[in-house]
Amino acid sequence: MNVPASLKYTKDHEWARIDGTEAVVGVTEYAQSQLGDVVYIELPKVGDVVGRGDVIGTIEAVKTVADMYSPLSGEIIDVNLALKDAAELVNKDPYGEGWIAKIKLTDPAESNTLLTPVEYQTLIG
Amino acid sequence: MHFIPNTRGAEREILDTIGVSGFNELIANIPEQFRKQCRIDLPEPLSEIEITKTVQALANQNSNADNKVSFLGGGSYDHFIPAAIDFLISRSEFYTAYTPYQPEVSQGTLQAIYEYQSQICHLMDMDVANASMYDGATALAEAAIMATNLTRRKKLLVSPLINPLTRAVMQTYLSARDLVLEDLPEKNGRTDFSNLSEQIDDQTAAILVQSPNFPGVIEDLNEVASVVHAKNALLVMSVDPISLALLKTPGELGADIAVAEGQPLGIHQSFGGPYLGIFTARRTFVRSLPGRIVGQTQDVDGKRGYVLVLQTREQHIRREKATSNICTNQGLMALAATIYLALMGKNGLRKTADLCLNNSHYLAQEIAGLPGYTLPFQGQPFFKEFVIKTPRPVREVISAAHATGFFAGIDLGKYRPEWQNYLLIAVTEKRSQQEMDDFVKFLTKF
Repeated sequence: MNVPASLKYTKDHEWARIDGTEAVVGVTEYAQSQLGDVVYIELPKVGDVVGRGDVIGTIEAVKTVADMYSPLSGEIIDVNLALKDAAELVNKDPYGEGWIAKIKLTDPAESNTLLTPVEYQTLIG
Repeated sequence: MHFIPNTRGAEREILDTIGVSGFNELIANIPEQFRKQCRIDLPEPLSEIEITKTVQALANQNSNADNKVSFLGGGSYDHFIPAAIDFLISRSEFYTAYTPYQPEVSQGTLQAIYEYQSQICHLMDMDVANASMYDGATALAEAAIMATNLTRRKKLLVSPLINPLTRAVMQTYLSARDLVLEDLPEKNGRTDFSNLSEQIDDQTAAILVQSPNFPGVIEDLNEVASVVHAKNALLVMSVDPISLALLKTPGELGADIAVAEGQPLGIHQSFGGPYLGIFTARRTFVRSLPGRIVGQTQDVDGKRGYVLVLQTREQHIRREKATSNICTNQGLMALAATIYLALMGKNGLRKTADLCLNNSHYLAQEIAGLPGYTLPFQGQPFFKEFVIKTPRPVREVISAAHATGFFAGIDLGKYRPEWQNYLLIAVTEKRSQQEMDDFVKFLTKF
């Protein structure tokens, strides 16, 4: 299972690519493989202020649906509108074109509490 | 397998199997003082002939729209029901079926629901309909919840002229949610939208309005949708399905969610239920719809088939985050409405609506001409229901009417003190000129 070394993770299978005071977030390769074919994604709204662990969207697969939690606290400054018409990007490229939102971080130090790639790899076994 | 031991022999068999000597030993661990000692005083058994006579005599004491001339409305109406409806929905394939838990096996049920949804979308002029809800009141409550979910706002602006029973159901539904219901103003039997723009703030999820409203007046909704949408709120409408053959549809008026009580569409009044909750919305909101939705598809051989769609909204998948906790629908009543609409067709429905309109206006005019009677909402447009003010207490009129063979209408004084001596009268296509003239003659006695 692909767990890029440049990212941070949560136990709920989200990833965060931290760049200074901003972070791009999405769901992991493992998450998409568990969900199966993703058919619809409910995205957060730009301007939403979210706390760490808040629901920022839902990911709907053919037979199930899962909430997506924000890995970090901050304000949503961008969302991946391409997912509206092509939700399957989450399956095809979860760490790239399947990104979900961009967050302006309230406290960049909060990212130290996220799982490292090694820790996440251990979690999913 | 017998669950209730009716015979001594069966009782003995059960007791022997359990391994106790008698019934009293079976309940030995229930303390004496909690057991009823006296013999239950039941009458002696009757023969089938005697029971039939007794029950028939009791049933004959009921008054109903078949043995009285009914002007009762307020949400439940004495419309004509073609005999074919009861015959067809009584077929056991439909009549005995429960909500389809293994839905694709029941292609007939799914096709009927699909036809229903298609007809309802056409009638309401809306993009999507669900498989139906319990009744008009629960449909409006679900619409309110859906509007607050869609907008993530907490406030609902409600017309005070929505049916008070519907309002009560809505309040029950919303009581456990952190939502605010605020009344819109009213003027002369109509909701007053003149200050609507100022009343909608950034926490207002939706405007809820019923047209024709409880006292029967058709609301003026021509400009409402644009005002509501300019504030990013939603317009939720509750309508009379029969009226849509004549009046502007929710779709034309720009409604985002539109609901209706479906009882007028071929469903018996039956002392208040089962009825039918019609629920429709714009296409963009389809994933937020409550209830079940049937879609059409093709099987591997390219043949047409029907399936439940968008089930991830529902509670068996989304659990507590489902769009609704109603996971069933009024299948049989939806079927009745489907058959009704198919039998009536566009022209039949139009004729029915014309008759309702003409009859009610004829009767209103005749009553307004009687000394002592007035129309409190004179000049306001109505479809099949209107209010008269009686010269004597409404209760007396209703009671004397009942003795004469009429259901005179609904006493509105029960709902508001300022509606004292207001009688709400509904006139359907079933009322003949003779019946209306007889009723007018009866009213002259007061």
